[in-house]
Amino acid sequence: MNAEPSILAPVAVEPAAPSRTVLMRLVRNPVVAIGSVVLMLLTLIGLFAPWLGTIDPTAINPSTRNKVPGFERTIRADDGTTTTFKHRMGTDSLGRDVYSRVVYGARVSLLIAVSVASISIAIGLVIGLVAGYVRPLDGIIMRFMDGLMAIPGILLAIAVVSLFRSGLTAVIIAIIVPEIPRVVRVVRSIVLSVREEPYVEAAIMAGTRLPKLMVRHILPNTVAPLIVQGTFIAASAILVEAILSFLGIGIPPEIPTWGNIMAEGRNLFRVFPHNILYPGIFLGLTVLAVNMLGDGLRDTLDPKMAGR
Amino acid sequence: MLGYILRRLLATIPVLLIVAVLVFLMLRLTPGDPAAVIAGDNATSEQIALIRNRLGLDKPILTQFAIWAGNLAQGNLGESFFFKKPIGELIAGRIEPTLSLAFATMLIAICVAIPLGVLAAYKHGSWIDRIVMGFSVLGFSVPVFVIGYALIYIFAITLGWFPVQGYQPLSGGFGGFVQRLVLPAVTLSVIYIALIARMTRASVLEVLNEDYIRTARAKGQVERKILFRHALKNAAVPIVTVVGIGIALLIGGVVVTESVYSIPGLGRLTVDAVLARDYPTIQAVILLFSGVYVGINLLIDLAYSLFDPRIRY
Repeated sequence: MNAEPSILAPVAVEPAAPSRTVLMRLVRNPVVAIGSVVLMLLTLIGLFAPWLGTIDPTAINPSTRNKVPGFERTIRADDGTTTTFKHRMGTDSLGRDVYSRVVYGARVSLLIAVSVASISIAIGLVIGLVAGYVRPLDGIIMRFMDGLMAIPGILLAIAVVSLFRSGLTAVIIAIIVPEIPRVVRVVRSIVLSVREEPYVEAAIMAGTRLPKLMVRHILPNTVAPLIVQGTFIAASAILVEAILSFLGIGIPPEIPTWGNIMAEGRNLFRVFPHNILYPGIFLGLTVLAVNMLGDGLRDTLDPKMAGR
Repeated sequence: MLGYILRRLLATIPVLLIVAVLVFLMLRLTPGDPAAVIAGDNATSEQIALIRNRLGLDKPILTQFAIWAGNLAQGNLGESFFFKKPIGELIAGRIEPTLSLAFATMLIAICVAIPLGVLAAYKHGSWIDRIVMGFSVLGFSVPVFVIGYALIYIFAITLGWFPVQGYQPLSGGFGGFVQRLVLPAVTLSVIYIALIARMTRASVLEVLNEDYIRTARAKGQVERKILFRHALKNAAVPIVTVVGIGIALLIGGVVVTESVYSIPGLGRLTVDAVLARDYPTIQAVILLFSGVYVGINLLIDLAYSLFDPRIRY
């Protein structure tokens, strides 16, 4: 099956896949370690939200509206026994438990981070490979991408969101669209530089078919930069979702997301700042952790950029 | 030189044209009939047909684009569905708060970020450097509105130094104008400071290893002059570039900051237009912001070639 003559083997230097040494360096990098631990914790919080002392995050209760953190509510069951529930982070103006909403909000943020990062990289990768490899299409694709990049990111997201009925999918699409051109640029520039490498020329001479050439020789070069970029896209996705929801044009308000909790708390902010404080802390910590992870990954995978 | 400027100017035309096409297609891509959306839920089919005719939605799409682009070229941005006013007039009434906020933010950001970045590069590896870098990562991570509310809580509600919200036009007195502008501008400048400080540090760090810096030191030049005269000047191109690129962040931040501080500017107009599905206004605002963004970056590019003799095209 292997059509490549063995004489070419020494020339065809494969780009190194992330090896054990890279992994070791990553583990030893304190910035990466802190970022990963925080993210793992948040993932666990999101996954185990129902078992973390939460109640239904969408349950409206007129009798417990606008309570300060620490307020205790007595719940009387049908058989006459009473239990107390403590609103650790208080309640919002509809009487919903802010703690439960914040904990469940982690789910939405992480879902958005992962889906936006993976989808925009997948789409950007395909378009970037085409632009970098199919010369006649390069000009058209890149001008189109330039046009998209000329519209400030959040504004483009706002515009896309206005086209759909508000919902999770609309928000995800709206955040993906402005990220795609950035991925395309990175992939295209890698393809353009790699296709001139001797090992790629050697592979072409040896008769490697295009799909195999792409997968075996070109794609591996994009892995490290795209992991780094994917991390930063994830961070910005969490922020943009929060901004859209905060502005009231993102995810429908009954769904607990950090942006929605803060949007709800805006009006009574002077008296009850906890509605903005707690989700704000969670949001900031999450994005900080993702950014730290990204910085650490970049320093390790791309030593040229270390310490910048 | 003139050829370069001309080429650069011509290169922005296709970009703006593509932006215009994208923005134009936006309204046509709306799921459902835009005329029905505009007419509202209680409209009769005659009313919808009337709106469709008035907007030219019954004509072929290329004709529609030609009419729209022609109006645009004459400075006619159309009429707002929601505010029932010409959009040009609407924007003119909203531009002062946004411009004031943007200028104040840039002023604060540049005055704070560049000295911080130079200092961090000079004290490379020290605790000052770590604090500046830490602040910069933090600045990218905390959303604008959280910073805004934190500042309002501390400086307006607790300390009472500034008004909580609102905007006062410059014509209403300089004191009140500045007093109401400080908190929003500081809020918005955080992310911009983070961006510029980071780039300044990286860029100055690179230059500090150059031979001419060693020469200047060997001559016994004062450190302050070495940093600001020799190093910063030579490190300026990437810094100015990032100031230009950061305009995109600034525009996004304006939308949020104006909402937090109830400032009646273009950002607030954008959000109101989206909430009301007022597509002509959304289109106009996006075109305006993108035009400003592209235009400023073009000017910055051209400025290099004029001021930096090393750059020749």
